[in-house]
Amino acid sequence: MLLLIGKRLLSAIPSVIGVLVVTFLLTRALPGDPAAYFAGPAATPQAIAEIRKSLGLDKSLPEQFVVYVKDLARGDLGNSIATGRPVLEEVRSRLPASLELTLLGLVVSVGIAVPLGVLAATRPGSWIDHSCRVITTAGVSLPAFFTGLLLIYVLYYLLGWAPAPLGRLDIFNSAPRDITGLYLVDSLLVGDLETFWAALKQLLLPAFTLAVFTLAPIARMTRASMLEVLSSDFIRTARASGLSPGKVVYAYAFRNAMLPVVTTLGMVFSFLLGANVLVEKVFSWPGIGTFAIEALIASDYAPIQGFVLTMALMYVLLNLAIDVLYIVIDPRVGFEA
Amino acid sequence: MTSVPLLDVKDLSVEFRTRGGIVKALDRVDFSVEKGEMIAIVGESGSGKSVSAYTIMGILDPAGKATSGSAVFGGQDLLRAKESELRELRGREMSMIFQNPRVALNPIRRVGAQIADVLIEHGGVTRAEAPGRAIDMLKKVRIPDPERRAKAYPFELSGGMCQRIMIAIALACSPKLLIADEPTTGLDVTTQAVIMDLIAELGAAQGMSTVLITHDLGMAAEYCNRIVVMHAGHVVETAPTAELFNNPRHPYTARLIAATPRPTASLRGLASIPGSLPDLRATHIPPCRYSLRCERKTPDCDKPLPVHRQKDGALVACWNPL
Amino acid sequence: MSETWKHIRYVLTENPVTLFAFGLFGLLLICALFGPWLAPHDPLFTDAARALKPPSAQHWFGTDALGRDIFSRVLVATRLDLGIAFSAVILTFGIGAIAGIAAGYFGGWTDRVVGRIADTIMAFPLFVLAMGIVAALGNTVGNIVIATAIINMPLYARVARAEANIRRNAGFVEAARLSGNSEGRILFMHILPNILPILMVQCSLTMGYAILNAAGLSFIGLGIAPPTPEWGILVAEGAQYIISGEWWVALFPGLALMLAVFCFNLLGDGLRDMVDPRRRT
Repeated sequence: MLLLIGKRLLSAIPSVIGVLVVTFLLTRALPGDPAAYFAGPAATPQAIAEIRKSLGLDKSLPEQFVVYVKDLARGDLGNSIATGRPVLEEVRSRLPASLELTLLGLVVSVGIAVPLGVLAATRPGSWIDHSCRVITTAGVSLPAFFTGLLLIYVLYYLLGWAPAPLGRLDIFNSAPRDITGLYLVDSLLVGDLETFWAALKQLLLPAFTLAVFTLAPIARMTRASMLEVLSSDFIRTARASGLSPGKVVYAYAFRNAMLPVVTTLGMVFSFLLGANVLVEKVFSWPGIGTFAIEALIASDYAPIQGFVLTMALMYVLLNLAIDVLYIVIDPRVGFEA
Repeated sequence: MTSVPLLDVKDLSVEFRTRGGIVKALDRVDFSVEKGEMIAIVGESGSGKSVSAYTIMGILDPAGKATSGSAVFGGQDLLRAKESELRELRGREMSMIFQNPRVALNPIRRVGAQIADVLIEHGGVTRAEAPGRAIDMLKKVRIPDPERRAKAYPFELSGGMCQRIMIAIALACSPKLLIADEPTTGLDVTTQAVIMDLIAELGAAQGMSTVLITHDLGMAAEYCNRIVVMHAGHVVETAPTAELFNNPRHPYTARLIAATPRPTASLRGLASIPGSLPDLRATHIPPCRYSLRCERKTPDCDKPLPVHRQKDGALVACWNPL
Repeated sequence: MSETWKHIRYVLTENPVTLFAFGLFGLLLICALFGPWLAPHDPLFTDAARALKPPSAQHWFGTDALGRDIFSRVLVATRLDLGIAFSAVILTFGIGAIAGIAAGYFGGWTDRVVGRIADTIMAFPLFVLAMGIVAALGNTVGNIVIATAIINMPLYARVARAEANIRRNAGFVEAARLSGNSEGRILFMHILPNILPILMVQCSLTMGYAILNAAGLSFIGLGIAPPTPEWGILVAEGAQYIISGEWWVALFPGLALMLAVFCFNLLGDGLRDMVDPRRRT
């Protein structure tokens, strides 16, 4: 099994190289002359040439790529023009906020979608099956930013149940001591329940927004996979052996049905990380999505590049984690040629 | 035959609701199984052999429904029993094994655990004892190195091994009735005989009744004392094995015997049965569902099907028997 | 042929939802084609005196902060939103389908190159990649189309590759080859028409995603510049008024967006049932 996991880790290398090449090309595809852009509108041709040299833009593309990768290896993602700080530092300070939101979004999404899919599959044609279909179709049709706004209007403005959509904590709470950067985890680690609840309250609405957008693929896959497994030969054997319905549905059908669902999580993460940017904007969430949007508006390219690279590497890592999980839970992996 | 049969199926009809209309899969099926007896149900694919078995076990697809008849097992009518009562019987009093054993086992559960599941469910075996009892069962079905094999997954075992595991699951609680649905389909020819011998031997040792469902008349003749011949949802003939071979009464049985290869027969002598099964969705299915393919058809054959019963339990449903 | 029609009729009568989707599609088409003439007000006309008025008989969807009629703006935006999505889908179809068919048909290095490119695109969270592409190529509508097309490319390439691969040695392809057709001709005249229905389903399904993607990009301020009415921007403009209770500014463009995406998703599901009876759920 360790060998398999090792092999899978190695197979991520082409993806990482692909990501590096694309992010590199994106900066080189900047409209106009980057050197002229960085030099500013009033620069003399001489100044532009100097900047071109200092940026390494006078070298050939492959050479520039090598320099780019070397810089990355040193953790140098360039500086943000807007804040003047290194992009790596900016990203590092904002990443936990995004990560916490994304992961909670996934948990909520799976927590709703999987039971929904199972119920729909075990009662085909029932009202729960039909509502599963409606919810999933509506879910993918609702733009995440729109769902977020609707939830804010109803739960914050009309009912007053949710806190103001202004970041990770309201102004009366202070952030817990920085251990992992995830407020929920940190506040629990230091035993500060009050902050934990405050952070959770802020998180729930955006996380639920993400969940609505991403539960469709999970629920659909769960339903389809459950239906297929339930009609398979080994379920017939289990029923013929008189196993209780609970045992048949959960210990036998559910575990098998989850295998294809785990593989769709890759696509779900793609959805999640993309929608995350929009949700962060709607909820004024101080994550890397908001950071990237600010940089986009200011035409500040180094942070955008850093953002795309961070998200892509995170995505590659998450996919890797999914595949490793799959190797662990499916004993057949690696035996079928 | 004065004793009460272990399983008595009478007048059993099953219909399936499908998009193309209602399919009358079984029509007034009659057969019975005595204690300790091994009988065969023989017929082509689609003749209703498996549907009969599934109905008795209560694991029929929800689209199918028994519309008439009874299936009395140990004094209880299975067709009218509650699902919870049936579940108690399944695996403990009556068991079933299937074709293609490699896909009939849970692919991601160790085989020992799958046997243990049944023991825990029915056998009053505790979780701590179950693994040891599962290994005992593996020994009983003569799996070499049972301690190691108990930890294997189905994909790591051969088809023959998987069928032994299936048998171990089915016999774990010493049931009174075993239904073996084409147990050797998908296995090597050499393994087939080994599996059949194992079923026959274990059945005899436990005094268990066995219903062998097969399309192979030769195999049925080798292992069973009585044979039930089915065609298109009808039982066309039932007779003791020797009687059926020496003196088939239904034209379909005669054809089936002629189509069964035997050491003495040449390939040229081997007959095929013309035509195919009638469309069971049709609203006007002929009373005798074989009449469309039958060379002994008479004008009487369009009248309701007669059932001639003999005193020894043999039966033939035909207007113009041989 | 009559079997096909029977099947289509069966799908439509069995699934009134698909019929509803077709109706909605017709409505969207009318809005896109005739929106500017149907709009009761000039979508760009500002009037401070009637700013942020809730829906009324005069202004069905209310007015925005500059007093513009939201109904007219939502209606007129249909053409731009559908136009972007449609162009993107056509572009993806052109590139993705041909690359995929070539990969499936020729195999070998063509397959490897196409597969590598598709994998590289798929290594990114798609919306994030789209952001990066628009940021790099420049903040224009055309680049939104290109970005949307690129991120959808792998889907088409994969479907087309799989289908072409199945048909590579099919009887009719073999026959065409034996009667002296060139490889290119076989690709376009024999394989492409055969897998067209499946690709059309894919088109309908990605159309919804393309609309969402384009609206998402403009929501964060990429591509379309105000005051041009576009659903994503309209929702973004309304976002700040949600917490002060002026719900109509964001709600109606959001609903239009949702309905359009919903329509194409339903349509895609319905079309798939017609084209591919096996995968009916």
